[in-house]
Amino acid sequence: MSLSLDKAMGILPQAVNVRAERMELLASNIANADTPNYKARDIDFRSVLESASGGGTTLPMARSQAAHIDPTAGATNGPAEALYRVPSQASLDGNTVDPQMERAAFAENAVQYQSSLEFLNRRVSGIRDALRGDR
Amino acid sequence: MSNLFSLFNTSASALSAQSVRLNTVSSNLANANTAASNADEAYRAKQVLFQSVMDQANPNGSATAVRVAGVSESEAAPHAHYEPNHPQANEEGYIFRPAISVVEEMANMMSASRNYEANVEVMETSRQLLQRTLQIGQG
Repeated sequence: MSLSLDKAMGILPQAVNVRAERMELLASNIANADTPNYKARDIDFRSVLESASGGGTTLPMARSQAAHIDPTAGATNGPAEALYRVPSQASLDGNTVDPQMERAAFAENAVQYQSSLEFLNRRVSGIRDALRGDR
Repeated sequence: MSNLFSLFNTSASALSAQSVRLNTVSSNLANANTAASNADEAYRAKQVLFQSVMDQANPNGSATAVRVAGVSESEAAPHAHYEPNHPQANEEGYIFRPAISVVEEMANMMSASRNYEANVEVMETSRQLLQRTLQIGQG
């Protein structure tokens, strides 16, 4: 079995990327907590990760010519589809940010980012140990 | 491509917007009792208007910063008080004080400072996460 470093990392790099993108969205929500007419946005982590890793419900783009851009090459680089949050209590100025909920989601996402990172880190040190082979 | 660095810009824009808001609150509170001899000269409460900024270099990106679109002056008419002994009283003995509700300003100040804190926290958390990302494979 040949060892491919790309495959050795599995889905983890994509997961970290999607988490980082979600962080950005949630930070924007918190930054715009007092902006009139701002609509809070978020992404569905599961579906975005599924489409980033090739699966999912979205149809993959077909290539009929070699000159076409390979859609799988930059699958994680496209922006994830951001959905709008359904407000639990809409405010009069048209803003749908619930600061408490956004902060909770941000904290949750930070912990999940950290755990994805930790898994990735373990994977890297596992590969390094295997390469070194002296212990 | 998303990166955590643009998150600092977003949070920093919110920090500066909120500090402009705190500035208007402090100027309103400082002038709450400023008297004037006619209604036109009286101080009027200032309010900021926030607006989200679309990143033109990256319109599909997830980062949305915020900026202060403008500072508007309150339309509320100043209150006339009958104080003939006041040095600024007009011929009829009236002075004009701005229509500023101190309670409203305090609530505005608390909302601004809570929001400021939330954004500082976001920056601190993302700084830690970035640092951990840089340390992948070192342990």
